[in-house]
Amino acid sequence: MSAVTTSPRTTLAVWKFASCDGCQLSLLDCEDEFLGIVGAVQISHFTELSRAEGEGPYDLSLVEGSITTAQDAERIRAIRKASSRLVTIGACATSGGIQALRNYADVGEYTAAVYAHPEYISTLEQSTAISDHVPVDFELHGCPINRHQLLEVLTACLAGRRPVIPGHSVCQECKARGAVCVLVAHGTPCLGPVTRAGCGALCPAVDRGCYGCFGPADTANTSSLARQLAALGTTRVDVSRLFRNFNAGAPAFREESLSHDTPETGV
Amino acid sequence: MTHQRPASDRTVQVEGLARVEGEGSLRVEVRDGTVGMVELEIFEPPRYFEALLRGRRHSEAPDITARICGICPVAYQMSACLAIEDACKVAVTERIAALRRLIYCGEWIQSHALHIHFLHAPDFLGYQDAVELAEVDPLPVQRGLEIKRAGNLVMETVGGRAIHPVNVRVGGFYKAPSPEEIAALAEPLLRARESALASVEWVAGFEFPDIEVDYRFVSLRHPQHYPIESGRIASSDGLDLDAAGISELVVEEHVKRSTALHARLGGKDTYLTGPLARYALNSAQLPPIAREAAAAAGLGAVCNNPFRSIIVRAVELVFACDEALRLIAAYEPPDPPSVTVEGTAGVGHGATEAPRGLLFHRYELDDNGLILAARIVPPTSQNQLSIEADLRQVVQASLSLPDEELAWRCEQTVRNFDPCISCAAHFLDVTVERR
Repeated sequence: MSAVTTSPRTTLAVWKFASCDGCQLSLLDCEDEFLGIVGAVQISHFTELSRAEGEGPYDLSLVEGSITTAQDAERIRAIRKASSRLVTIGACATSGGIQALRNYADVGEYTAAVYAHPEYISTLEQSTAISDHVPVDFELHGCPINRHQLLEVLTACLAGRRPVIPGHSVCQECKARGAVCVLVAHGTPCLGPVTRAGCGALCPAVDRGCYGCFGPADTANTSSLARQLAALGTTRVDVSRLFRNFNAGAPAFREESLSHDTPETGV
Repeated sequence: MTHQRPASDRTVQVEGLARVEGEGSLRVEVRDGTVGMVELEIFEPPRYFEALLRGRRHSEAPDITARICGICPVAYQMSACLAIEDACKVAVTERIAALRRLIYCGEWIQSHALHIHFLHAPDFLGYQDAVELAEVDPLPVQRGLEIKRAGNLVMETVGGRAIHPVNVRVGGFYKAPSPEEIAALAEPLLRARESALASVEWVAGFEFPDIEVDYRFVSLRHPQHYPIESGRIASSDGLDLDAAGISELVVEEHVKRSTALHARLGGKDTYLTGPLARYALNSAQLPPIAREAAAAAGLGAVCNNPFRSIIVRAVELVFACDEALRLIAAYEPPDPPSVTVEGTAGVGHGATEAPRGLLFHRYELDDNGLILAARIVPPTSQNQLSIEADLRQVVQASLSLPDEELAWRCEQTVRNFDPCISCAAHFLDVTVERR
């Protein structure tokens, strides 16, 4: 990769909060481009890859994971201060991740359910996006992120331009790849119409409904989709479960799921 | 620190252990020349999977538990599927089982390739990371990338994507890949197998600390195959259990320094899961190409040196490529791609071999198939006490090393286990203190 490099090289830091490591792994998953990337930037902090520890400030920080502890809320503020640009990567960092399901429950009860000594555990009641704590320059969505989109973000940052990442829905990707609409043709509940593009319509391509892992599209009409899902026979609680998933903390999905919380008969 | 302090009293501390998945630290204290306290601290924040699964549909367990770990999502998906299917008393067809084994081979290939070439090898060669290594010797790093790419390709072809595959479901797959799509994997896997053989030879040439540990090995064992996604649980001291049996015998203890639970098996303290255990209990099941590579690399039927686990992992890499090739040659699309699994009341268990060791799940379902209770025991929780025991032995044997080298040796000891701290938090900084 003949990236646009400045002299000295752009310093890159990769940070982890509550998460599965999958989004930072996406950087290592750029197998063809990896040696080009590390040649174009100076990696200052990337614990998963290196024991070398460079001091800040950092030109670009990539942040994975959500804020779930008071210490992490402090740590992200320090990272923000040390970073010229801060880009969040993945559903945990952009919306709180699957662990934001605690936001709908009592975290004390969760701790008691998992740990024998809840008093050893220190955690916040909510799992929140990085942007709830510090200003974020760009958010890259997905659970996990798409590595090609990550390359676009890195290239754009090196070139000093805004990343070109679409905000439209999965439906357009489905049409582009010529996949059959599972919602219309099969009556399969699908979040594609309200979910941000980026995966390449992977689920409909395997005859499965989209489960929303890229979070809400820019103009997501969730209530209209919810009505359609109900017309197909999806129960209120299942509609709620669909929206309350890997992006349960994203505002559009949170509000839609809450509006289906009123109990109904059955499950 | 370049000067050497008296070795009798010291503390080794590593804050923010690198080249592992997740967050943790390590502290070892030496008093009067004897290793005292050894503590592996896991400060990965809790994510509460076992709690948040309650009330979700049985069909949701594979996708939700995949998110525990981006490095080994298939392991979580497979253990979850097996446990749910066990609870609902459904068995999948042989073709579905074979396709599951194929996607799991893909995960072993990408995960082992990453650990060997990027996370572990730099320790033996004295580099901070694989980037430094590549500047001096690019070939092994390029080879690692090529093997990793082949593993990811298998996962993408079968699962739709390499991280959190979308095509896996309880009962099988949403859609079976076509024979042509599967056949296209053969050529990159043949090259990956050749590269893996070269990597066995490369890592076998490293220098290894002279340490032997008397491990209690635990892994799956299968009468026909080297274990991945099926088999009973065996140990070097004669256990023979099914997934329900190990779930009953393993007791997890919650200690203050860790958001991971420490596992003890049958009242005894430590046991080891992962490549060394699998190899010790199953090396006779390896295909000839992997057995020959192991013999040429100087491995016997059992390997008790934790640092040489990198060789065992490379042998398993040859195996996984070879096994994937075997499965591809025999591939017949499952039709239908899944069996129906109606959610019913029951308790089910599932155990598979994640790249870093045994992973077992237990679910309790209600009449509607909703999850009432979940238990997930990842390999790093099970290995945590073994990691501490190894550290004690390694530090005791390495007291002549200066502080900085001793700390690095400790980090390397932890990385021998390919620990996944993200998984275990339910992990690493390393501190060496000598006083």
